[in-house]
Amino acid sequence: MQTFTQTMLPTLLAGISAGGQYALIALGYTMVYGILRLINFAHGDIFTVAGFVMFYAITVMPVYLAIPFTIFVTVLLGFTVERLAYKPLRSAPRMSVMISAIGVSYLLQNLMWYITGGQPQQYPVIPWISDKVVILGQETKRVTVITPILTVVLILILLLLIKRTKIGLAMRAASRDFETARLMGVKINGVISMTFVIGSFLAAVGSFLFFSNYSTVSPTVGTMPGLKAFVAAVFGGIGSIPGAVVGGFIIGICENIIRALGYSTFSDAFTFALLILVLCLKPTGLFGEKLEEKV
Amino acid sequence: MKKLFALLLALVMTLSLAACGGDSGSEVSDDGAKVIKIGIYEPSSGANGAGGKKEVLGIEYANSVTPTVTIGGEEYQVEVVPVDNQSENDKGVSAAQQLVSAGVAVVLGSYGSGVSMAAAPVFEEASIPAIGCSCTNPGVTLGNPYYFRVCYLDPFQGSVLANLAKDEFDAKVAYVFTELGDDYSEGLGEYFSQECGRLGIQVVADKNPAGNTDMSGFVNAAKNAGADVIFAPTSTTVASLLIDQAASAGIPLIAGDTWDDAVILQAASKSGADVYFSTFYDEGASQAAADFMSGFQSWLNANSDKLSNNGGTDTVSAVSALGYDAYMVAIEAIKAADSTDSATIKDALASVTYTGVTGDVKFDEEGDVDKNIIFIKGVDTDKGEFYSVKEQGLNG
Amino acid sequence: MMKTKNNSAKTLLMGLVVIAVLAVLSVGAEAIANSASSLSIMLAVLKKATVYALLAVSMNLLNGFTGLFSLGQAGFMLVGAYTYAILTIPAAKRAGVYQYYDGGVVKFSIPEVFSGVLGESIGPVVGMVLTLVICGLLAAFFGWLIGLPVLRLKSDYLAIATLGFAEIMRTFIQFEGFAPLTNGSNTLRQYTTFKHLYPYVIVVGICILILVLLINSTYGRAFKAIRDDEIAAEAMGINLAKHKMMSFVISSFFAGVGGGLMAMYMSSVQAKGFTSAMTYEILLMVVIGGIGSISGSIIASFLFIGCSEWWLRFLDDPANNIGGLSLLAPGFRMVVFSVFIMIVVLFFRRGLMGDKEFPDLFRRGKRQKKGAAGK
Repeated sequence: MQTFTQTMLPTLLAGISAGGQYALIALGYTMVYGILRLINFAHGDIFTVAGFVMFYAITVMPVYLAIPFTIFVTVLLGFTVERLAYKPLRSAPRMSVMISAIGVSYLLQNLMWYITGGQPQQYPVIPWISDKVVILGQETKRVTVITPILTVVLILILLLLIKRTKIGLAMRAASRDFETARLMGVKINGVISMTFVIGSFLAAVGSFLFFSNYSTVSPTVGTMPGLKAFVAAVFGGIGSIPGAVVGGFIIGICENIIRALGYSTFSDAFTFALLILVLCLKPTGLFGEKLEEKV
Repeated sequence: MKKLFALLLALVMTLSLAACGGDSGSEVSDDGAKVIKIGIYEPSSGANGAGGKKEVLGIEYANSVTPTVTIGGEEYQVEVVPVDNQSENDKGVSAAQQLVSAGVAVVLGSYGSGVSMAAAPVFEEASIPAIGCSCTNPGVTLGNPYYFRVCYLDPFQGSVLANLAKDEFDAKVAYVFTELGDDYSEGLGEYFSQECGRLGIQVVADKNPAGNTDMSGFVNAAKNAGADVIFAPTSTTVASLLIDQAASAGIPLIAGDTWDDAVILQAASKSGADVYFSTFYDEGASQAAADFMSGFQSWLNANSDKLSNNGGTDTVSAVSALGYDAYMVAIEAIKAADSTDSATIKDALASVTYTGVTGDVKFDEEGDVDKNIIFIKGVDTDKGEFYSVKEQGLNG
Repeated sequence: MMKTKNNSAKTLLMGLVVIAVLAVLSVGAEAIANSASSLSIMLAVLKKATVYALLAVSMNLLNGFTGLFSLGQAGFMLVGAYTYAILTIPAAKRAGVYQYYDGGVVKFSIPEVFSGVLGESIGPVVGMVLTLVICGLLAAFFGWLIGLPVLRLKSDYLAIATLGFAEIMRTFIQFEGFAPLTNGSNTLRQYTTFKHLYPYVIVVGICILILVLLINSTYGRAFKAIRDDEIAAEAMGINLAKHKMMSFVISSFFAGVGGGLMAMYMSSVQAKGFTSAMTYEILLMVVIGGIGSISGSIIASFLFIGCSEWWLRFLDDPANNIGGLSLLAPGFRMVVFSVFIMIVVLFFRRGLMGDKEFPDLFRRGKRQKKGAAGK
């Protein structure tokens, strides 16, 4: 038992925490994909922008204002990106939209380099969640514990939103059949905007948790977590909300176990190998076939 | 029709841009003063952008201190030509070529050994000597007759740091944490491990895959291995992630020259980590070093742009000092050559001696300097300052 | 049938003539570039753009002509670049390059072996070209290997799987266990390279010519049929799996050759440079040139490299700021450049050339003239 708490517990804790963050980012991917059939490559960068906004916001305003401000700016960015870069391509082939997403990602990264000068920045300490706590004899940050809980809570709210509200109904309709939904009077552009708003909101929340844990913001920091979150979304069955969450946790935990075993060279490769394996064996992912779960 | 229009538009754009590009390349001094150009081959974007900018600042400061040089009895204005190699080897080649195009006589840089190695053939082809500031990998000068450098090398640095681990921490087990795919990091880790083998320190090693931001797993592994110190020759980006985690585990950190940076100061002060690193420069080492520090700081504070390039603080990074020395060495070589011809300057470099702010500079046949002492600094987490720990050499 | 044969013979002849003309022009360009040091940047840009032209065309074969959205280009380039570097480092320099691994496991250099057999003048060139072919073959082999599982996937899934594959390749190259072969994370350098521009032009020209001939052949028509409608293509008797694999393997082959040339251009290779960002850059070239246009890809790669490496550099220099503005600063070039790209992606969706080829522009012009004359 002693060896378990000393060796495995920190690994598991770190894995669950990382998994929760992947899950929050993965939701943004999965929701957009569910409706638009678009891999939003810029999502990881929107997440990074949230980190930088927080960094700059804290220098001019107190924390309790900076947090809502960051969320607001991130959501606005997600909304604007959709309106400017994806909406004009609504009738274009899917490949064009994906290329546009890659272009946006390229633009956001270059913009961040330009504005910040490429200097990695220390993320501000958010009181309470950055405090140290002791769990089973292991010291860790409170955010490590909060992340999975908050993730689950947010997802339950999200599921409620989708199952019980009118906009949720519209989302489900749009993801089932885009054209028919439009014919039935669903305001499709509004639904899509709403999807991006929710996705960006979750990315902003994810960024608070992520950067409180890892403390440094640099322009490309979001790329890898973004890609991994996408893998998580595919793993769980893209378009499925529970799938994204389960996928996020599985990947987060697996990665940390591999690192603990001393094979960290292969931890990224493993994530992608897992992806290819899943795609080949079960192209729809773990929860992919349950159509009613799609958003 | 629309397509034709697009094509035309693109053509017009291209041509106008080509015209602009042509202009910026060749600037001839209007006031009749003769100009000699020194190229700055440094990253100002990409993974090493932050460090590269600081090195550029050192060079620019040196340029403001010594803006002219006398060649053949005539006074020449020294013009520095910066170019961004974006920290990437494939971008570096054309950046280096851009300097050749600009007609520079000497090149200074780069931060990061990889880009320096990529550009070496370009400079050799054009017979332009290059003086590396903080590229510590042996491969930079080895087999590259046109590359020189003013800093010490990784084999030496790695060994010294292993000795530090032995002397200061009485380490039995060291956890060596390097960045996968980075030759600076892995090279330094390799030399450190070799020396540990000689000193009887057990080494546990792991590598961080590029882009990974989760360091807790590594710190846990270090803890489980019973490591007395973590040796982490990493970029500042990875460093600030690691410091936080190592602080909570209570393991002291030892690192290489890249950690002499304001980012480390912030990260360590915030978390209360125990951080030691090797560096090229110590303001208390000599009068020249102290003068450099005060001069450089007031120069930085006089210009907000410069200050923001230094990361918003006036903390002096060792790479700035190296940039300063590299520039001064280049000036000495130009004086000794008494010519603007780059091949002549290259020959003169081989015999230049100069006492810089980071120590004495005299190149050996490989183009390296013989510096046998390394400054070790630590972070005073209460005051939020760096302090000098000691000058560390090799034992026996 | 006879007519197709004639046509392809004509294309072949035309292509060879064009390559010969371009080679002569490139010798001229090199002379101009060497005449004044201020123009020497032109040579580097032309070399790089030539290499990227091949990479863009090979990607276009997949994405534009076969409709397979693959993002694995950087992975295949990596294979090619490492193969080239490993096989051509002169034996005497290996100890210095493989400084931590006792000179590595490969102890010979192909150009040196050939210069021993064929003499100092032709030998190295033959060796280098042969090594490039090996680069291609190895990349093609990996293409085949990865194609087996992933080609069954649909568009976006294929994209993400190939992207993942490129990341996996990078990890394996950097893996400590293979380091005596690949030098691990350390740079490979000091290998033999083409010193002049014209060999690049000739090699790339021949590769692109082969691709053009392929696209104009029955196979090429099958690729396009698959792109336009998979089900209809299958109904017409096209073996989907076979043709997709063929397109994927051929594209990998030329990406591998391109990687080898890229290694030559860079004169040092390191795995960490071959990231997905590199693939994205090539993809953007394909898009700017027009998905499904070979000449578009070629023109776009020259424009792209010219802008990003040469013409826009003045935007990075704060000294060029006009008036009180401090807009120009390091990094601004890339911002302007990415805005350009977004404009093309959004408003000129079909790129510069659409799916037309360069000769088509003249052909259409002629037809219009004829029509006008008829009236």
